[in-house]
Amino acid sequence: MQIKILGSGCRKCQTLAANAEAALAQAGRTGEVSKVTDFAQIAAYGVMSTPALVIDEKVVTSGKVLSADEIAALMNG
Amino acid sequence: MRDVFSWFNDQILRMEWLSDLVAAMLTAIGIDPLGRWGGSLHFFAYDVIKILILLGSMIFALSYVQSYFPPERSRAILGGRRGLGALTLAALLGTVTPFCSCSSIPLFIGFVAAGLPLGVTFAFLISSPLVDLASVILLAGIIGWPAALAYVVLGVVLAVAGGALIGAIHMESEVEPFVYAAPVHNGDPGAPLTRRMRLAYAREQLVDIVGRVWPYVLIGVAVGALIHNWIPQALIDGVLGQDKWWAVPLAVVAGVPVYADIFGTLPVAEALVGKGVGTGTVLAFMMAVTALSLPSLILLRRVVRMRLLTLFVAIVTVGIILTGYVFNALIPLLMA
Repeated sequence: MQIKILGSGCRKCQTLAANAEAALAQAGRTGEVSKVTDFAQIAAYGVMSTPALVIDEKVVTSGKVLSADEIAALMNG
Repeated sequence: MRDVFSWFNDQILRMEWLSDLVAAMLTAIGIDPLGRWGGSLHFFAYDVIKILILLGSMIFALSYVQSYFPPERSRAILGGRRGLGALTLAALLGTVTPFCSCSSIPLFIGFVAAGLPLGVTFAFLISSPLVDLASVILLAGIIGWPAALAYVVLGVVLAVAGGALIGAIHMESEVEPFVYAAPVHNGDPGAPLTRRMRLAYAREQLVDIVGRVWPYVLIGVAVGALIHNWIPQALIDGVLGQDKWWAVPLAVVAGVPVYADIFGTLPVAEALVGKGVGTGTVLAFMMAVTALSLPSLILLRRVVRMRLLTLFVAIVTVGIILTGYVFNALIPLLMA
């Protein structure tokens, strides 16, 4: 699955990206975590508070740092 | 009642007990807290501990309140409103919406894309970094409550006036076109937050903000200690004295290239006030540091064209300078 972290690269975005990596392993999924830092691209998702989590091109949360457990639950849900 | 109020100010906000404690400890290990080096050490230790304690408790409490106002909600509240009421509401929401400079651009895009007027968006963008509730409470410990409240009022007035001006000049064509084309995502659907989730959010904010600003606090306190004990009074009087007309504009020019959190500027403000620099001059410096930081202007340039950016900077600069002069004239009256 395709995981994207939207945000300008601030501390919270890095934490979220790390948690997403951990969640992939935890959920036993294969996939890739990438970061989107360009404003035009972030805007294209309609997200207002960063960091935001996108799973397979769908915005799941914004403005929150989810734990690995929470992200894993979203991946399986 | 008045006694309770001044006790709160002296012991809780100023933490005079802590000042006494640090002085006693320095004396115990053979350092004179009134000497030059001892005094610097005293200012540094006392201020770092004080600011971190106040900062921590304040961020926690205010983040809890702020969890009720995510940007998506502020946008929904402002949607469809026009005129002075909308500008004032935007400026007020700016003071309670959680805001970090790294989210100002997505916020700008989200507001404009949803059809909010440009003036309303700018009123929000100006007040958000300028009037921060946590720092206002800390500021009250330095310059007193009447002046701190006046700071809030003037900050909101500046945001409303700036927003109104930008709205009136119709700068819509000066916004990069992709901003208008952005879709609108309405935040997280689902159940409202429980109290436990709000507390967790407040704790998360506390760790994040303190983790981000502590170096600025240390640097700010070090600069404060330098001003407090090493810079000659005559030099400060000569450059920033109350009778010097250029003190306010000079403070603004000095503040722009400084990149610091508002918490980092507080100890500098405290030291300057202690040296008898006018309150308006000190506030102008703080406002310039927070509202006109160079990195955030560079980010803003990516969504608006140069003309609008220049206008924004000009309006805010003039507003800050006016605020500085008004305060310098007003404070002696408030204290009388």
